[in-house]
Amino acid sequence: MKILVIEDEPEMQETLVRSLQQEQYLVETACDYESALEKVGLYAYDCILLDINLPGGSGLEILEELKKQQKTEGVIIVSARNSVDDKIQGLELGADDYLPKPFHMAELHARVKSVLRRRKFEGQHLHQLQNVQIDPDKHQVWVAGQELVLNRKEFDILLYLVTNKDRLVSKTALAEHVWGDYIDQADNYEFIYSQIKNLRKKLKDHAAELEIQAIYGIGYKLVTA
Amino acid sequence: MKLLNYATSYFAALLLVVISGWAALFYINMLDEIYDSIDDGLENQKLLVIQKAAQDSTVLAQAEFEEGYYKIHEVSLAWARGKKDLYQDTLMYMQNEKDFEPVRLLTTVFRHNGRYYEMRLITSMVEEDDLIEDLLYSLLWLYLGLIASILVLNNLLLKRIWKPFYHILRRLQHFKLEEAKTVPVQKTNIAEFQLLNQTVEKLLQQNVAAYQNQKALIENASHELQTPLAISLNKLELLAESQPLQEEQLMQIGAVMENLERLTRLNKSLLLLSKIENRQFTQAEAVSLPNLVQKTLADFEDQLKYKAVSVEVEATEEVSLQMNPDLAAMLVMNLLKNALVHNVKGGFLRIRLSREALVVENAGKEEPLEETKVFARFYKDASSQASTGLGLSIVKAICDLYGFQVTYRYQQGHTFIVAF
Repeated sequence: MKILVIEDEPEMQETLVRSLQQEQYLVETACDYESALEKVGLYAYDCILLDINLPGGSGLEILEELKKQQKTEGVIIVSARNSVDDKIQGLELGADDYLPKPFHMAELHARVKSVLRRRKFEGQHLHQLQNVQIDPDKHQVWVAGQELVLNRKEFDILLYLVTNKDRLVSKTALAEHVWGDYIDQADNYEFIYSQIKNLRKKLKDHAAELEIQAIYGIGYKLVTA
Repeated sequence: MKLLNYATSYFAALLLVVISGWAALFYINMLDEIYDSIDDGLENQKLLVIQKAAQDSTVLAQAEFEEGYYKIHEVSLAWARGKKDLYQDTLMYMQNEKDFEPVRLLTTVFRHNGRYYEMRLITSMVEEDDLIEDLLYSLLWLYLGLIASILVLNNLLLKRIWKPFYHILRRLQHFKLEEAKTVPVQKTNIAEFQLLNQTVEKLLQQNVAAYQNQKALIENASHELQTPLAISLNKLELLAESQPLQEEQLMQIGAVMENLERLTRLNKSLLLLSKIENRQFTQAEAVSLPNLVQKTLADFEDQLKYKAVSVEVEATEEVSLQMNPDLAAMLVMNLLKNALVHNVKGGFLRIRLSREALVVENAGKEEPLEETKVFARFYKDASSQASTGLGLSIVKAICDLYGFQVTYRYQQGHTFIVAF
């Protein structure tokens, strides 16, 4: 999988690249409008992370250019502006997603994978991890061919952790992903723990070869048993 | 008291003094003139009677006034010697008035055919009390007339002169910093008003500029903070999963991340507030509140369950408001979140929705919050560390934007009322 990171802030770019490389993607970078335009013109990517404020031009113009060239790259706009107008305009110009800064890496990976899945497999893709199979569209889970019934929250947690397998997912990232942005400011995330507990029990009862580890003080990590 | 009437009241007092003084002088002078003229008349009559007596001696026999205006009786030489004309005021019974009335009396002595006679001549006098009364009435009318003229003059002329001033007053009265629109200046030829206009205009512009700057500062600062926050958070995430770390180190990283996340929330809330205040949410549509309340409650379901909060919803009628859907969601969400976060384990949450108002009541600390500060930015109780202290400010800002009244009161529970 080839990913292009268009980001002018060097530190931000470096962090994104490192985190994406850990997912075994091939990552290329562009740090201004000109070089970004050149790269999208010359090469094909599976996914593009696009910052809107770029030296020399706007990320939205790059979107327009992609549309003109009838390129089918999945584009996720990553912007510090968090403006509704940018979001609407970006999505209208063909971007797949809009992720306002700051974000959690786990969220970025989930979004990237969702874009790749939709682009590459036209939605016909099941997650297979050890003996666990997940259908993100039908919200179904099978363990060794046997269906595992989960409620909506449990399913969302499992899918999110599976998407970020072997990676540390912070409580906040998980809470915001599963319960929505409104969750911020909640004075504690203890209510998450009861859902995790139920999920763990169900996985164990079905002898799933997955384990949800609690990383004390930060969050959770899903590892294969 | 209005400026014009204020001036008039001073005029009225001044006029009263001036007119009273003038009236006294006028009265004394007039009376003097009247006496002078009456005495002249008596003098003339005296000469006429003496002349008449020279021709007709019966005149000398007029001993009483009766139908005449004089009486004469003979006096001795000794008595007559050295007598001068004497003018006196006295009273005499008048048949027509049936009362004693003041008369002017001239007592004089003359010689006729070597004999001396004393003659008394009378003529009717002005009635001073009547005169004073007449004068008083006239003056009262004059005074009222003058006051009326001043009032008319003030209202027509002065009002016109002061028009630019009142225009400036109205401008200031209707001036709203956040709306940043100034009423156009009215042209005037009066130097003072021109100066006032210029000064006010400059002051308003400076204020608007300062306000805009401050708003822009908050928005820009919030924007500028996003990137470093993002970098810090993401770098910490990388660090946390970089290599086997000890639990102690992970704890530290977790604590830093939590604080950065709090900073991020704070930043987002500030940005949202300034966007609301800058009226950047323009698009509006009909939003169904009962649906929104149900949806928001569903979102909070797990937290409510975790805290064992009992929820009562009373929303029988459909309430539809014309507003920005994101802001409507933000309003309901922040109200309910506030009621949830500050709730106690096993507490209650009551929501009453009608066409008039949305009322959210919740259990919590058993003491009222400070009504005046509850909607202020960064007002929060010491116990709720994670809260940004901006949720209710956002509620207030949205209510202000749409002209809703939001109030807080405490009775059994904490109650927030949004009146539409």
